[in-house]
Amino acid sequence: MSENEPILKVRNLSVHFNIPTGGIFGGHAVLKAVKDVSFDLHAGETLGIVGESGCGKSTLSRAIIRLIHATGGESMWMGKDILKMSPKELIALRKDIQMIFQDPLASLNPRMTAAQIIGEPLQIHYPEVSKAERTARVAEMMAKVGLTPEMINKYPHEFSGGQCQRIGIARALITRPKLIVCDEAVSALDVSVQAQVINLLMDLQKEFGVSLLFIAHDIAVVRHIAQRIMVLYFGEVVEIGESEQVVMDPQHDYTKKLIASVPVPDPKEEMRRREVRRKLRREAAAAA
Amino acid sequence: MAGLTSRDAILTEYNQQLLNAPKGRSLAQDAVRRLVANKAAVFSIFLLVTILLVVFIAPYFLPWGYSQVDWANIRKPPNFEAGHFMGTDQNGRDMLARTMQGTQMSLVVAGVATLVSVVIGVSYGAIAGYFGGRIDAVMMRFVDIMYALPYILFVIILVVIFGRNPILLFVGIGCLEWLTMARIVRGQTLSLKEREFVEAARASGASPWSIIFRHIVPNLTGPVVIYATLTIPEIIITESFLSYLGLGVQEPQTSLGTLISQGSEVAVALPWMLLGPAVILVAMLIAFTYLGDGLRDALDPKDR
Repeated sequence: MSENEPILKVRNLSVHFNIPTGGIFGGHAVLKAVKDVSFDLHAGETLGIVGESGCGKSTLSRAIIRLIHATGGESMWMGKDILKMSPKELIALRKDIQMIFQDPLASLNPRMTAAQIIGEPLQIHYPEVSKAERTARVAEMMAKVGLTPEMINKYPHEFSGGQCQRIGIARALITRPKLIVCDEAVSALDVSVQAQVINLLMDLQKEFGVSLLFIAHDIAVVRHIAQRIMVLYFGEVVEIGESEQVVMDPQHDYTKKLIASVPVPDPKEEMRRREVRRKLRREAAAAA
Repeated sequence: MAGLTSRDAILTEYNQQLLNAPKGRSLAQDAVRRLVANKAAVFSIFLLVTILLVVFIAPYFLPWGYSQVDWANIRKPPNFEAGHFMGTDQNGRDMLARTMQGTQMSLVVAGVATLVSVVIGVSYGAIAGYFGGRIDAVMMRFVDIMYALPYILFVIILVVIFGRNPILLFVGIGCLEWLTMARIVRGQTLSLKEREFVEAARASGASPWSIIFRHIVPNLTGPVVIYATLTIPEIIITESFLSYLGLGVQEPQTSLGTLISQGSEVAVALPWMLLGPAVILVAMLIAFTYLGDGLRDALDPKDR
């Protein structure tokens, strides 16, 4: 495989859900959560996916790595279609693609210690590693994500939200994956902690050379971490391009709206954005 | 991973330091702390442990065995000189010894049946709930069918097949008691499997079995423990009922149910035959109920 070949190539991916409409004969409507999404992701790159709640961001991310069933299209990982992998290949794939979740506390099993949680992927993919070695690796990873290794025996409820998310990051990094899917990884944290976690992710990305698929509804956050941004609207890609270009010169009306909705601590700029929002609303009303 | 095992020496030293890392406070420890703060529950535990110790140890120190007949004292009220502290029955057997043996039998039976029902019910319910879809539908319809059949019929069939072996009989009862447990566990599993930590485990490549037994079952502890403490008295009552019908424990062995059914026939003439076993049964039932209550509060502090 050549250097410039993307590690992940998603082509025409779509996910449809059958919504039962009631009745005993199984009548159902089809909800198209993701429609014909295509993009490339290169090694070491960060692609941001933005869009409002319910636009299919999370569904898309889960369908790419086959946590939910995709209806059509393909998701090529290093030249192999994830959607057609055998169960054995799929388990091997989980080592290379890890995930970070939205709710830091809910994504950790309340009955396991930090050591057990972070060490679990290691135990699954490298069962030959001794327990002592595993503990040492967990401690090392905890130090890397900014947790003191002395906290190794603590349970999730004894950590703060930001610390829990660091545990989630440590768990995702422990098998040295090539891609991490961050599903709203910072949305549940407050702003100062958000910044810490994002900077941590960027540092770790530099250190391990991992690619990130960074999903968020806040375009300001995504702009900070991602080189490229993909804007999703009702399951469709409306715009994809370099971050600065998408933010400074949005092409699609929805992207313009999304950017105008970000509050800025500058009254003049805020006024200008309010004007943009009004203008868009007037145009929409005129069109209707 | 290359070079994973070459650094063992350094790692071992590092690990030694980590061994001294402070232990976290687990959810179970939290629950125990809350349980200890509950006076009724603590008293119930104390009462149950006392009953348990007394009925298993004291028989060795009694002057009379449970099947030994004292021809000089038949149908006699408590008589301390002769060593019959709770009187004797119509056959001249010491009531205290018989009550203790009966309590032993009831507790063993309840313990075995509850254990069987927990093991089967939790595995069955968690598997049905986790895999869902058609597997779930088939498994739970089987439970519905079992529910619809009268258990007395089963017990009679079991007695016919296995004879009157009490332990085997109550393994059989446990095999029927698991139905409710399976339903409770399935319901809990349905909600647990949607939690993010289960998805995280799936994303890490954990197998369905390891997800069920490492991530789901430990998180079911609350409802399972609570339901189990409520199952124990239920089985004691079931056993009393079966013994009353003559399907339970066989003479000269006895159980609380048998003793009470025999005592109730002569309650006016020989009240000591009824009082002892009845008091112990009632005390145990109340203690288990309060213990279950305390456990519920301790394990789900949120929905009180």
